[in-house]
Amino acid sequence: MEDMSQYPLELSGPDVPMVRFMNVTKSYGALTVLDNLNLDVSEGEMVTVIGPSGSGKTTVLRMLMTLETINGGVIYVDGQPLTHMAKNGVLVPADAKYLRRARSSIGMCFQHFNLFPHMTALQNCMEGPVQVLGLPKAEARDRSEELLSMVGMIDKKDQHPSRLSGGQQQRVAIARALAMRPKVMLFDEVTSALDPEVIGEVTGVIRKLVAEHNLTMLMVTHQMGFARDISDRVCFFYQGKIEEQGPPEGLFGNPQRERTQQFLSAVKAAD
Amino acid sequence: MFDWRWDFTFEILPRLLQATLNTLAAAGIGYGIAVVLGLVFALAQRTPSRIVTMVVRECVEFIRSTPLVLQIFFVFFVGPQFGIRLSPWVAGMIAIGLHYSAYLSEVYRGGLESVPKGQWEACTALNLSTTKTYFRVIIPQALPPSLAGMGNYLVGIFKDTPMLSVIGVAELMQAANAIGGSHYRYLEPYTMVGIIFLAISLPAAGLIRVFEAWVRKKLGMN
Repeated sequence: MEDMSQYPLELSGPDVPMVRFMNVTKSYGALTVLDNLNLDVSEGEMVTVIGPSGSGKTTVLRMLMTLETINGGVIYVDGQPLTHMAKNGVLVPADAKYLRRARSSIGMCFQHFNLFPHMTALQNCMEGPVQVLGLPKAEARDRSEELLSMVGMIDKKDQHPSRLSGGQQQRVAIARALAMRPKVMLFDEVTSALDPEVIGEVTGVIRKLVAEHNLTMLMVTHQMGFARDISDRVCFFYQGKIEEQGPPEGLFGNPQRERTQQFLSAVKAAD
Repeated sequence: MFDWRWDFTFEILPRLLQATLNTLAAAGIGYGIAVVLGLVFALAQRTPSRIVTMVVRECVEFIRSTPLVLQIFFVFFVGPQFGIRLSPWVAGMIAIGLHYSAYLSEVYRGGLESVPKGQWEACTALNLSTTKTYFRVIIPQALPPSLAGMGNYLVGIFKDTPMLSVIGVAELMQAANAIGGSHYRYLEPYTMVGIIFLAISLPAAGLIRVFEAWVRKKLGMN
């Protein structure tokens, strides 16, 4: 058993990160996906996670969204533990009720959009604010319409997802996540399922978010050019660990580790 | 050759049609019970508790593996030995509703399993409660693929209502038996029963298909 007394009940001090992974381990049986991961993301920072498939990069986001359980370590969000809760002065695994409250500051967009097919674009955006936050319908509608305008989808607000292209669905999905006013946004390969010609409309929305909002963002992507343009920091994952991280100019322009160099040249050759 | 008597047919027709209303009521009430209870059974098999899942699973298997007529007898005749005295109608509705809820729970189970995992993850990301996840997102999507099976069992429960005559529920079959017994003529009453069942079952199957298409359209899922 892990000694839980090494983990503080909450983070305090002047430089509390928005997200902190502390010794986080995730494994499926014998397969270790994340190996003792330590990662801080500051408020308003845009961190991009790159790496070969199977390197654990998507798992990082899924654990933060509480879609996966944790096998070791603790994740903190905004100073408070996310995966654990305090009980008698030590951290114990969070129960369902605690998890629901703790994850309310996190929003996520998925590779396959996962819009609700039986609801229109507007209804998709209003669902969370009305059903979870308890907002009056009129207010939720205003908020949703504003966000749909922001992602350029206001004209299609009454369409069901089946009538929208992949790029349009993903933009609605971004609006839907933002309607919950998260502090941290997670983008999990949001352009990977899109046709090349519509990738730009989704990356454009994310660029706009970075430029105009002080959201903390974690993004997993295969779009290296995009990652280089908008990230504050890039983390290269290899076999469940951060092999190398740093500002995009450095990591892309002058990678230090051999694995990083290999990966980047392989990606370049594929382009 | 047939000795069909039209005057007798028309004489008994009002009584048979009256009983048809009872048959429809029995099928409707039984089906209503089955629709709700089936959902309870289906959802109970998805709880995190292994014990609940197993017990419900076994109950569903038990109900599906024993004859309906036995279950009807059991509720009606064995119940009183334990102090549960039920009228034929109540006992019949419980038995047939329970029987079909086991079948419907399997239909729902298939429908629920057909909803992609990503929908659950989106609900988690939006922080919907489990109840709201089910009732606002998962069940509406599980419905269209379940409708064909649900329609089959609606026709099925309707055709099984004659079994309720064994405990004296005054439905169509029981009325036909009574008429036959008192007039010593069975050809006309039984033939009419067959025709009435056919006249309801056939259009019902078509209507169910229309309804299915309508629901899909309504949910924007075509």
